[in-house]
Amino acid sequence: MSKVNLLKPNKENINLFLGLGVLFFTLGILDFYLNNFYEKNITGFLPGFISFFTPLIFGMIGLHFVRIEFSGIKKLDELNKNINTSNFNAALSFCIILLLIFSIPPLLNWFIFDANIAGDTKEACTGGGACWVYIKVWFNRFMYGMYPNAEQWRVNATFIIVLVLMGLGYFFPLRFKKYLTLYYVIFLPIISFLLIYYLISGGEFGLEWVETGAWGGLSLTFIVSFFSLIFCFPIGMMLALGRRSDLPVVKYSSLTFIEFWRGVPLITVLFMSAVMFPMFLPDGTYVDKLIRVIAAIVLFEAAYTAEVIRGGLQALPRGQYDAAKSLGMGYWRLHLLVILPQALKLVIPGIANTFLALVKDTPLIFVVGLLELAGMLGLAKTNPKWLGFSMEGYVFAGIIFWIICYSMSKYSYNLELKYKTDR
Amino acid sequence: MKLKKILPQFLTLLFIVLIFGFFTMNAQENMDTRGIEFGFGFLKQEASFDIQFSLIDYDGSKSYARAYLVGLLNTLLVSAIGIILCTILGVVIGVARLSPNYLINRTASVYIEFFRNIPLLLQIFFWYFAALRALPMPEDASLLLGTSYMTIKGLYTPAPIWNNFDVFLISLIISLILIFFFNRYAKRKQEEAGIQYPKFLISLGIFLIIPALTFIFGGVDLQWSFPELKQLAKTSFTYEGGVGIPPELIALTLALTLYTATFIAENVRAGIQGIGKGQKEAAASIGLTPGQVLKLVIMPQALRIIIPPTTNQYLNLTKNSSLAAAIAYPDLVLVFAGTAMMQTGRAIEIVAITMATYLTISLSISLFMNWYNKSIAIKEK
Repeated sequence: MSKVNLLKPNKENINLFLGLGVLFFTLGILDFYLNNFYEKNITGFLPGFISFFTPLIFGMIGLHFVRIEFSGIKKLDELNKNINTSNFNAALSFCIILLLIFSIPPLLNWFIFDANIAGDTKEACTGGGACWVYIKVWFNRFMYGMYPNAEQWRVNATFIIVLVLMGLGYFFPLRFKKYLTLYYVIFLPIISFLLIYYLISGGEFGLEWVETGAWGGLSLTFIVSFFSLIFCFPIGMMLALGRRSDLPVVKYSSLTFIEFWRGVPLITVLFMSAVMFPMFLPDGTYVDKLIRVIAAIVLFEAAYTAEVIRGGLQALPRGQYDAAKSLGMGYWRLHLLVILPQALKLVIPGIANTFLALVKDTPLIFVVGLLELAGMLGLAKTNPKWLGFSMEGYVFAGIIFWIICYSMSKYSYNLELKYKTDR
Repeated sequence: MKLKKILPQFLTLLFIVLIFGFFTMNAQENMDTRGIEFGFGFLKQEASFDIQFSLIDYDGSKSYARAYLVGLLNTLLVSAIGIILCTILGVVIGVARLSPNYLINRTASVYIEFFRNIPLLLQIFFWYFAALRALPMPEDASLLLGTSYMTIKGLYTPAPIWNNFDVFLISLIISLILIFFFNRYAKRKQEEAGIQYPKFLISLGIFLIIPALTFIFGGVDLQWSFPELKQLAKTSFTYEGGVGIPPELIALTLALTLYTATFIAENVRAGIQGIGKGQKEAAASIGLTPGQVLKLVIMPQALRIIIPPTTNQYLNLTKNSSLAAAIAYPDLVLVFAGTAMMQTGRAIEIVAITMATYLTISLSISLFMNWYNKSIAIKEK
């Protein structure tokens, strides 16, 4: 057995060092664990300041002992390479481990073990954790707002039909593929609008009329985002082309439009649509609040979409324009057949980010009195029967939005990979 | 050929004129029937409403213009704090995202994916209505860092009481000017003669020493007033002395910082990753130390990639600070586009002023950042 140097762990005494390392590491974790969850300080005999840092010191000593290069044990080498390359790294790693130990058990307790889900009233919530009963009772309101319970199948049916119609483009036979854009840009918006108008709004075909003020919850979030997405894309495209146009009037009016909307916050735009816009209409005309809000969001997001598309247009080499022109193509054929297909492919991530921002902006419509998910939460938490559950509500809404946004961003990432063509 | 150029422009112009004309005519008609006159005279009228949190002297007897100023300053305050904090946090997280340490790397990316995918408004609501409401009442609050109290009514910290503050301020400005000239001198020396000064240390020295001297010679004096618990009624307590930071400001800053930092972190990561490996290797091969490689080769190039998108994030943060209206933090939108509009009913003027203000802020930030970006851009020969 060679000499043992504690400062330089070596392979010869690997068992000794491993044992010491694991011992110290466990000691550090144990010290921290007891401190936090049982309020027992096993190093209490030390002065306060040192005693506070003992877990970290123990952990670092432990990690120092197991930092043996080329130990021959595959797992250990991997561990060292990944979290334990130097003392500084070890300290950071250990801090993160402590943080996880500190935060995960209480979170799990709150979410699952101490939570209540059975029952229908506030009194059913006896545990110290989350009261999911609240979400359960209010679930319909959170999803459909004030939409009458008996009529909610209409909302569901509309969403299912629209989703099916959207998916239909995927199954188009090859010879109809050229009409795909037409289908998505013109046909689908019109059909969806008619569906929403006749099915969700009702009033005809024996369906009860439901005013837009009663719409709400997550379904309203979807309706607003869907229409904004559909309309802001073509407008944004026109603006982007306008901004790159050679004609000064077209160019500068597009530029002013884009810079104006990009310079103001959405909340003021919504204020404008709510209080200022009615002043600009002839006396007696009334435009529904929902339509005004969607128009405001469309104008706002179209400016951002335009900038993203412009980035794609600028990224194309000049040769593409020259080649298309030399074939005798005019402005529109050049753009529709050569430039835009390539430019749009380039800007998929940017467009996806804009759409993501749009979805995340929809809760803002509460400022004009439309109650989507976040607005319904605000309403629910002031209900005298259910005071004091705002945490559960916001956590629930956060999870829902997170799932939507995260899956959108992952989907856009996949699209980006799919359409990536090397030049 | 001529027609092809003129016709579209003419149509665009016609369209714009028609729309604006239509709107103006209607607005005029509507205002006539309601007996409102267009004009900004109302700004001089007495506002007669109170604002909870104000950086300048304000009460109900002041004018609407003054209320506007209070709102604007509050907006600028929360934006400035947010920009500083989110830059620090964003850079740390962005660098952590590139760490070879698996745990640090994962933690950073979980943080980014988590906070960027939840709407900002929900985050603000969460901090304000859920998290900060769980804090203790003033009478139960425990001491924080020996000086401050974190309560449901806000954070109470010691307030500085200055003597001859203006002398101190002037010395600060002088030291900043000195630092500016020193840096220019050092840069010129480096370009001409290749001499390198420890720029950062000397700058820091100037920044610390000159203001410190004013304490000895300039008659500047600093004392702290500590918050103390005071009983208002039997069950009502508050703190006197010190500075009270309202929970609205805390919630807003927290949410804005945590949200925007995720985007800045991604920018920083992309910037550092965008520098080719060859740059590092080439720099090392001519004998630069790792510190010099980072400072002289990597950072100047990475900054060029990082700054434009980060400017956008600063702008977004400033615009997003208008969400303050949702939790009643008295910013520009709440004070002016909210309360003042309710009272005066002058929708067009007030919305126009509010939008013009945000446009000005946005344009000035982007002008400043464009200038900065140009000054650090690598000059190609």
